[in-house]
Amino acid sequence: MTNETVRQQLTEKFGEQLTEWEEQFGLLTFTAPAEMNLKVIQHLYDDESLRFRFLTDLTGVHYPERKGEELCVVYHLHNLVDNIRLRFKIYVPSEKPDVYTITQRFSTANWMERETYDFFGINFIGHPNLIRILNVDEMDYFPMRKEYEMEDPTRRDKDNEMFGR
Amino acid sequence: MAETEKMIFPAQLHQTADGGIVVSKLDEMINWARSNSLWPLVFGTSCCAIEMMSAADAKYDWSRFGFEVARATPRQADLIIVAGTIVMKMAPVLKRLYDQMPDPKYVIAMGACTISGGPFFYNTYSVVKGVDHVIPVDVYIPGCPPRPEALLHAMITLQEKIKHETYFGKTKESGK
Repeated sequence: MTNETVRQQLTEKFGEQLTEWEEQFGLLTFTAPAEMNLKVIQHLYDDESLRFRFLTDLTGVHYPERKGEELCVVYHLHNLVDNIRLRFKIYVPSEKPDVYTITQRFSTANWMERETYDFFGINFIGHPNLIRILNVDEMDYFPMRKEYEMEDPTRRDKDNEMFGR
Repeated sequence: MAETEKMIFPAQLHQTADGGIVVSKLDEMINWARSNSLWPLVFGTSCCAIEMMSAADAKYDWSRFGFEVARATPRQADLIIVAGTIVMKMAPVLKRLYDQMPDPKYVIAMGACTISGGPFFYNTYSVVKGVDHVIPVDVYIPGCPPRPEALLHAMITLQEKIKHETYFGKTKESGK
């Protein structure tokens, strides 16, 4: 099984709904509409030839320039039998970042989704315990969103000469 | 106390016909006992903890100076070496561990992170900028991370500090 056959099988099943196909560094990447994430992951899991049954990682990305779909959820899946990985993305608007949870399929997604909620504020519908995991409970913002000023690039108080180097 | 007398038992022996009498000061006896048996708590939150583990192992061997065994419960520990970054979420846990330690208790702040937040001093949302915001510190060791020798030096400095305490003064001063 290769990236090509995986792409072919997925296109046969879902057709034009899967977009933005890429193969960066040999890692097959594609995008689906946000409400289809469960369907796609279920198919990747159940299909006898695809067998993507290991969730390597689940995280978020903030793309402020993608207006109307600023927040991205990334799933990294691994077929342990044929040793093939893929990356699957969905996009949601930052005003209403609702995504269906995949905890019923992968138990490991529980903490990963909590982390993604913690840092990006993505609301995983149906998650059994969607509370902050790494940051303090009182935090009222989502720190990994690109909403905060970058460090001043002209500052000199961290230059080597300030430390006698 | 003179430099050469540091590790000597703080008392004089007066020979008598049937043995002898030891004469000493209560403060010095207590400080001698305390400073030479300081058991650290097993507590490490990042890379400094690796250096702390080195200080405990056979090569540096902090047991030579009376630090002996690290205890995995605060109830049996005299000393907490804060080895590593303390984040906001860890701060209440650290405070609780400190509160659970019996008096007299001592704190060593090991490394840049525990002194000031270190590399996380600027633009952070999660790191406590100095462990002394949470618990009182006796000895600070700069470094990122400090070498085991530096840690041993700090621990011996703490022993020196303890040797100059007054037993009743300590409890009164700290108000515990």
